[in-house]
Amino acid sequence: MDTYGDGGLGLLGDPTRRAIFELLARRPSSVGELARQLPVSRPAVSQHLRVLKDGGLVVSRAEGTRRVYQLNPDGVSALRAYLDRVWDEALTSFQKVADDPDPEQEQ
Amino acid sequence: MSTVPDISGKVTVSVPVEQAFRVFTSSFGNWWPREYHYGQAEMAEAILESGEGGRWFERGTDGTERDWGRVLVWEPPQRLVMTWQTNGQGQYDPDPDHASEIEVRFTADGAGQTVVELEHRHLDRLAGGDAIRSMIVGGGGWTAILELYAKAAQ
Repeated sequence: MDTYGDGGLGLLGDPTRRAIFELLARRPSSVGELARQLPVSRPAVSQHLRVLKDGGLVVSRAEGTRRVYQLNPDGVSALRAYLDRVWDEALTSFQKVADDPDPEQEQ
Repeated sequence: MSTVPDISGKVTVSVPVEQAFRVFTSSFGNWWPREYHYGQAEMAEAILESGEGGRWFERGTDGTERDWGRVLVWEPPQRLVMTWQTNGQGQYDPDPDHASEIEVRFTADGAGQTVVELEHRHLDRLAGGDAIRSMIVGGGGWTAILELYAKAAQ
């Protein structure tokens, strides 16, 4: 994937990160709660959460002794990540079609 | 004053600039990933009309049409600017103040190649405040988008 150079790309391209994102879309959760629902370790979940946080998709807050993660209510960053992924796929697909001079492809 | 970074992308295609522009525009429906659409029905085709003011829209398998945006600048084969205006509920928002913009530049790169650069900007205009917020926090429209992600990822 050589189409995009900057940060946002790939934030939701990773299947585990996407799963975490989906779980958080349902309800705010701690690392432990997320790890129980996923086939990955707690440190791996933490790692992914850090990436999602750096990308502006997820925020966290302290709740007693727990740290709870939730989707960033400033939805624009999430929308950006979504569109980033859309364009990445779209341009890759465009390149494929443009490079393939199949007359059926180009009507 | 944009607080949301622009999205940018770049691909090089092995066809002359005129052809690259043509494939991008008149053959739009041939390469646009089918997972990414907004109408209720499955998407039958995606269409980018030529010329300034042209519509950018999808037609569902049930015949309904759903706008995505409008062509703002039509300068074949070098440049194309269009809007993308969808609110937090995944609906078309006709207010130009809520329209994000996509600029696509086509540059001949010798040897019959063309560099295609894309920039999606003014994403903050899409905010629509509460709409996007409810999409993210409350599920609803977001669920649909997540289903698209899931599908696209398989």
